[in-house]
Amino acid sequence: MNELLILISAALLLIGSAFTLIASLGLLRLPDLYTRMHAASKAGTMGACLMLIALAIHAADFGTMSRALAGVVFILLTAPVSAHLLAKAAYAVGYRLHESSVRDEMASKDDR
Amino acid sequence: MISVEAIFDHAVTLALGALCLSFLVTIYRIVKGPTLPDRILALDMLVTTAIGFIAVIGIKTGYALYVDVAIALGLVGFLATVAFARFVLSRGKTEDDIRTEIRDAATMARREAKARSRASAGTMAGNPGAAAHARSGQTAGEPTNE
Repeated sequence: MNELLILISAALLLIGSAFTLIASLGLLRLPDLYTRMHAASKAGTMGACLMLIALAIHAADFGTMSRALAGVVFILLTAPVSAHLLAKAAYAVGYRLHESSVRDEMASKDDR
Repeated sequence: MISVEAIFDHAVTLALGALCLSFLVTIYRIVKGPTLPDRILALDMLVTTAIGFIAVIGIKTGYALYVDVAIALGLVGFLATVAFARFVLSRGKTEDDIRTEIRDAATMARREAKARSRASAGTMAGNPGAAAHARSGQTAGEPTNE
C-alpha cells in the first residue's frame, strides 16, 4: 500500500512537471498575449496543483496533507481571477489581438 | 526489478529538470516579452513554477514547512498580478508599445509587398504558359463540374 502511494506520487510529480513545461513552451511559442494567457493560466495552474497533490499524497501526517490541499484550492481560486483581470485590463487599454485571430467577441458591433 | 525508492528518486530528478527548463523559458519570455502584460503574465507563470519547485523540494527533503512557503508565495503572486493589472489599466499604452506596434505593422507590410512582387514576377515570367494552362484547366474543369 505504501509503495503504491509512492508510485502514485511519483507519477503525479512527472505529470505536473510535464504540464508546467508545456505551459512555458506555450508562453514561448504562442503569438500574442491572449493566447499566451490561455497556455499559462490553465496548464501552469494544473502543473502546480498536481505537484502539490503529489506532496499531499507523499506526506505522512494529516496536517501537511490538509495544508497542501488548501494550497491547491487557493491556487484554483486565484489563478482564473488574476488571469481574467489581466486580460480585461490589457484589452481595455487596447493591446491588439494577433492578426491570425479569427474572432473578437468583445469588439463593438460595427467593428466586427 | 527496480526498487520503488529508485523510481521515486528518478521521478524527482526528472521533475526538477523539467521545472528548471520551464523556468529558463519563462525568464526568456520576461526578458523578450514585447509588452508589459506579457511580462506580467510570465511573472505569474514564474510564481506558479516556483510553487511547483517548492512542492518537489518539500517531497525530496521531507520538510513539511515548505508547504506554508508555497501557500504564502501563491498569495503574494496573486496580489502582485492583481496590482499589476490595475497598474496596466491606469497607465494606458506607452510610447514603447506604440513603437512596437508600428514596427510589427511595418514588417508585416514589407513581407506582404515582397510576396506580392514575387507573385507578379512569377505571372509575368510564365504568363503565356500559365495563362494557357489556367484557361485549358478551366475549360476542361467546367464540364466535369456540371
